[in-house]
Amino acid sequence: MSNDAYLAAYPALAERLPGQDLAWLQQFRQSGLQAFAAHGFPTLRDEEWRYTNLAALSKTQFAPTALQTAADDLLAEYRVADAALLVLVNGHFVPALSDLADLPAGVTVLSLAQALQQQAAKVADYLGKAVAETEHSLVAFNNAWFADGLWLEVAAKQVLSKPLQILHLVTESTALAATRQLVVVNQQAEAEIIETFVGNVDSYFTACVNECFVEQNAGLTWYKLQAEASKAQHFGGTYAKQARDSRFSHHNFAFGSLLARSDVHSDLDIASECSLNGLYLAAQRQHIDNHTRINHLKPHGISREFYKGVLDQKARAVFQGRVVVAEDAQKTDSEMNNRNLLLSSDAEIDTKPQLEIYADDVKCSHGVTVGQLEEKSLFYLQSRGIDEEAARHVLTFAFANEMVDKVENSSLKALLLKQLLARFSGIEF
Amino acid sequence: MLSIKNLHASVGDKPILKGLTLDIAPGEVHAIMGPNGAGKSTLSHVLSGKSGYTVTEGSVTYNGKDLLEMAPEIRAREGVFLAFQYPVEIPGVSNIYLLKAALNAMRKHKGLPEVDAMDFLTLVKDKVKLLQMDEKFLYRAVNEGFSGGEKKRNEILQAAVLEPNLCILDETDSGLDIDALRIVSEGVNSLRAANRSFLMITHYQRLLDYIKPDVVHVLADGRIVKSGGPELALELEEKGYSWVEGQV
Repeated sequence: MSNDAYLAAYPALAERLPGQDLAWLQQFRQSGLQAFAAHGFPTLRDEEWRYTNLAALSKTQFAPTALQTAADDLLAEYRVADAALLVLVNGHFVPALSDLADLPAGVTVLSLAQALQQQAAKVADYLGKAVAETEHSLVAFNNAWFADGLWLEVAAKQVLSKPLQILHLVTESTALAATRQLVVVNQQAEAEIIETFVGNVDSYFTACVNECFVEQNAGLTWYKLQAEASKAQHFGGTYAKQARDSRFSHHNFAFGSLLARSDVHSDLDIASECSLNGLYLAAQRQHIDNHTRINHLKPHGISREFYKGVLDQKARAVFQGRVVVAEDAQKTDSEMNNRNLLLSSDAEIDTKPQLEIYADDVKCSHGVTVGQLEEKSLFYLQSRGIDEEAARHVLTFAFANEMVDKVENSSLKALLLKQLLARFSGIEF
Repeated sequence: MLSIKNLHASVGDKPILKGLTLDIAPGEVHAIMGPNGAGKSTLSHVLSGKSGYTVTEGSVTYNGKDLLEMAPEIRAREGVFLAFQYPVEIPGVSNIYLLKAALNAMRKHKGLPEVDAMDFLTLVKDKVKLLQMDEKFLYRAVNEGFSGGEKKRNEILQAAVLEPNLCILDETDSGLDIDALRIVSEGVNSLRAANRSFLMITHYQRLLDYIKPDVVHVLADGRIVKSGGPELALELEEKGYSWVEGQV
């Protein structure tokens, strides 16, 4: 099996993709298609993919669908209160399921298909500018295959009064949901986005690329909750370009899917700040790969990265955290941490922090730990009357909850807490 | 209350306790003193059920039941409390959560319903005052970033909330300055009751100035080599442990 089936199906699909009349877009898609044709899906031979096997993507042919079957229970469960809701079903924006009535002032929301009709020149200014098809062939794939997505733009100096929740829902078996989100936060504006991935069918493939442009002195907080169905394949990349004095904070909660790869990259201009937090929980045969890259391109940037993972049974996780400090990026201040808790001797973590420093006056550190629950902590709880299983749950919960605690949005925090507690029977917090 | 008969215990192949016998009646306070390596901590660990020790001979009967047969959490629910020599830090778990979970575990064991939230808060705040602690302590992670004195006070706070029948204090006085020692001792003294017994393990006689024991035992080389009243502690202080070690 190869990727030929995808390529063979492409011409028929291409006719239905938005922006048919835009020559520049056709060229963009063709270029992505060719890059994908040349490389196929990434394989273990690619350095940045050496621990993550994507063979399943070639074994099943995931196909786009225009069906928009809803799943009310999932929408209700994952809807975050006090946020404007934007729902994409099987990769297409569905206004009827969204709640646009009380969008906060200062934000423009369009489906990407709409944006290509109404403001193609603007889309052209941003599409492919935060991540190139050469990043890897899943980005190239998305360039060619994306069928819809969102255009979100926050006007200069506007501080959004409520968050925007982007809820990706897949309801068709073997569906391919390929979307592209373009998020522009203009100068001195501030926005919060909650991105949620869920599905109610067995096997499907999410291929999502977000490009974020955080302009001068603007701020963007991005929460991602990946709670895909248990046999789903998930690729989600968020690529940010931060202008001078901007702030980008990303919180990455990876709980679901069979196989997930998440990219979070940011390029930092002068005195911009970036904070990346993550929590991955994997059990059974789940595989979760988190790939982050922070590019300090200019002086005085600050970056903080903290990822935690809990792995049980035969689960496997990958953490690749790369921080690059360019020659020009003097006075960079960067910290990276990755902590892992292994609950089973069959679980595996491949963790690889990488610091590449080309400047000579910087403060950079990184640390990694991999461990098990401590016997002395378990005994301490037992000596207070708590049985061993509950003690294990309490300690594991406490380890993971540190990341949930960092979430400032209280509605989202409650949702995350519920998800977390559902995994640990018999404890109440 | 507690009856230890000819207790032998080892760590790996190394015998530590070598025939220890001790009886504690309800309401009594017993102090066990002894040099480093005598087996003091091993005794507290064996009584509380910590893994890593093998009992090779002897028995421990607690309120008529075989204590050694019980899992650590069952011992706790039956009213055995160990104040740790080195209390463990548990990041992410607040004191108040631990207190409530522990108290409810005891109550469930006794067939009582869960404690009412308001009653619980009132109870805990009372005890916090008793130990002269700040209420903010309750919402901090268990022992995380606490000073030595705060950790020991926190142990006594737990005892005060859980109201055990047998309280084992494992070197609770070690490392405390005189003010902290006074507060901890007042806490312990306030817990003394006709149906509650104490086993205080200590290296220093000073503790006994603050908590008056009924009986003082000297532990050396895994056995009790001498027992007496409070005056024994003073004699020990004066003559040093070499005095009793010479008698083994």
